[in-house]
Amino acid sequence: MHIVVCIKQVPDSAQIRVHPVTNTIMRQGVPAIVNPYDLYALEEALRLKDRYGGRVTALCMGPSQADAALRKALSFGADEAILVSDRAFAGSDTLATSFALASAIRQIDKDMHVDLVFAGKQTIDGDTAQVGPGIAKRLDMQLLTYVEKIESLDLETREIVVQRRSEGGVQVLKTGIPALVTVLEGVNEMRFATMPDMFRAARYPLKIWDKDAAGIEDITRVGLKGSPTIVAKVFAPQAKSQKAEMVENQNASPTDLAATLLAKMFTRFPQVEKEIFKRAG
Amino acid sequence: MSNTTPAPQKKPAASRRRFELDERLKSYKGVLVFIEHERDTVHPVSWELLGEGRKLADMLGVELAGVVMGAPGDTTRSFCQEAFRYGADLCYLVEDPILSDYRNEPYTRGLTELVNKFEPEILLLGATTLGRDLAGSVATTLATGLTADCTELNIDPENRSLAATRPTFGGSLLCTIQTLNYRPQMATVRPRVMQMPEPEDGRSGRIVEHPLAVVETDIITKVLEFIPDDKRDEAQLAYADIIVSGGRGLKRPENFQLIWDLAEVLGAEVGATRPVVQAGWLTTDRQVGQTGKTVRPKLYIAAGISGAIQHRVGMEASDVIVAINEDPNAPIFDFATYGIVGNAMQILPALTEAFRTHLATAKKAG
Ligand SMILES: Cc1cc2nc3c(=O)[nH]c(=O)nc-3n(C[C@H](O)[C@H](O)[C@H](O)COP(=O)(O)OP(=O)(O)OC[C@H]3O[C@@H](n4cnc5c(N)ncnc54)[C@H](O)[C@@H]3O)c2cc1C
Repeated sequence: MHIVVCIKQVPDSAQIRVHPVTNTIMRQGVPAIVNPYDLYALEEALRLKDRYGGRVTALCMGPSQADAALRKALSFGADEAILVSDRAFAGSDTLATSFALASAIRQIDKDMHVDLVFAGKQTIDGDTAQVGPGIAKRLDMQLLTYVEKIESLDLETREIVVQRRSEGGVQVLKTGIPALVTVLEGVNEMRFATMPDMFRAARYPLKIWDKDAAGIEDITRVGLKGSPTIVAKVFAPQAKSQKAEMVENQNASPTDLAATLLAKMFTRFPQVEKEIFKRAG
Repeated sequence: MSNTTPAPQKKPAASRRRFELDERLKSYKGVLVFIEHERDTVHPVSWELLGEGRKLADMLGVELAGVVMGAPGDTTRSFCQEAFRYGADLCYLVEDPILSDYRNEPYTRGLTELVNKFEPEILLLGATTLGRDLAGSVATTLATGLTADCTELNIDPENRSLAATRPTFGGSLLCTIQTLNYRPQMATVRPRVMQMPEPEDGRSGRIVEHPLAVVETDIITKVLEFIPDDKRDEAQLAYADIIVSGGRGLKRPENFQLIWDLAEVLGAEVGATRPVVQAGWLTTDRQVGQTGKTVRPKLYIAAGISGAIQHRVGMEASDVIVAINEDPNAPIFDFATYGIVGNAMQILPALTEAFRTHLATAKKAG
């Protein structure tokens, strides 16, 4: 069995600051991390490998620094790592990104047949959840998004049964492989890297594929050219002009503060009082 | 490398790029909203989208359509009627037993065929698990642009294109995205981000039926079972009218009892910040924010919550926000309606008591 796990290197958005004047992201000093959702996908793939044997290949598209993300995947136990990196990819939107990744997966498949592709449910910098479905469509694979649990995998009949989160509950789906699975957060807990794997990861001769190695013949389908969406404007969220009206009284007790709040609030927003009465029946 | 990773060092792209809509795409007209339903109920985000779609259609002077896909029967037809009440001029109806449960393949095929036949210029879907699954697939099949999780939709007066604004980098920035050279222009919007339109009784429209050219044997994925959520259903938080939320400032999971107590008196739902959920004090479905739920209650009480941007984007559309925080400089005071500086462990019980007394007195007074 061969699973490809798509991972992305993202800036740790908790630590991102926006330049107050130019409204641009200040990337300096912001650590790059593996998109946290992708780690759930990786762990799920490794668990399947533990059970059924086979190979796990980590795949990342990004600049050359993104090799750190792949080495991390290797240190957790991925067998192979491929970085798809080419200037031609710069500015790719989700459509172009899924095209490039799908091409690379087709190349990987030539070496050893790919049964499953795993991805996180979304990235923390883009949040789109579009790349997974895009790859599946391009590879004509069955698509299983927001998977909470893999119930079973039968390599003989080539069938997989999963629990997929939907709005009002959980769908239990059975489908054929190859399939692309996007994994929900919290489905598992990432294992610890082992010493031998950490050493192997550090020394591993990473494969770096340019557009040709990734099998991309038509470069108008990647990068800015291959991206139908255009970022027209980037700006900071407008600061709400009015600050909170502070409910305070010198040395007031919590009881006084609570009473003051209710009086103020119910006068200015009678609908809130009405709403509360409605509920109290 | 996604449509939301702006490259600040580059010149603004849209204004420099030539706008040249292919001859073939010039016939694309109208706004189309995907009406999502499951287990005999329409997801309210669909009506919110019709409200938004109505504005866009009016700005463009075109028709607003809904599309209902599902198993044949009275329910799907009644959903079309409801769509008219929420502003649709017409509704496409794709009925087939294959569509009884959502599955990516037949829905993608059905919606793609519909778009190719009726050529809408804008296609909107809810950013739900279903909507995102479907939108990503349809956009890829149609090779067109898709903008996720928009918070604002507008028409660019210069070129009559959709200008879709969405948060990026976890909410620290906003960006406006356009699909100038491809049609349809697709966008998803999260539940509760747009306002629910007022339904108009007696408003009607035309139903346009369209067949689905797929047979069950072509579909590989089968639905074995559907396990509905139990009572503490997620959707309740998104559509709650009063929410009491707690953050890390509550210090210990036991202190969350104070939040539950206040919520009980108010008949409110309980929400939380991400660290609280990550610490396992509450379940994930209670997280409010960028990676949690977007809420829009009439009253949002935030205790021990700093007001980080990722939390703020999920709750700032609340009508009234009451913040309790010990730190007078906490960012939440920059956008809350009322602020109380103090220890949440003391303020919360006092509030519970104040509301309880107020309700009791009012009841007595009749
Ligand atoms: C990609 C990404 C996505 C995220 N998504 C979300 C999201 O969806 N939702 C979300 O909430 N967060 C999200 N976060 C996290 C977010 O950045 C903040 O870390 C989080 O909102 C902070 O939670 P908090 O306010 O509970 O905790 P803290 O930041 O620790 O703030 C606690 C506050 O409590 C106050 N306090 C302390 N003691 C008391 C007391 N006794 N009484 C009263 N006040 C007290 C403190 O002054 C402080 O302001 C995300 C982060 C990232 C990177």
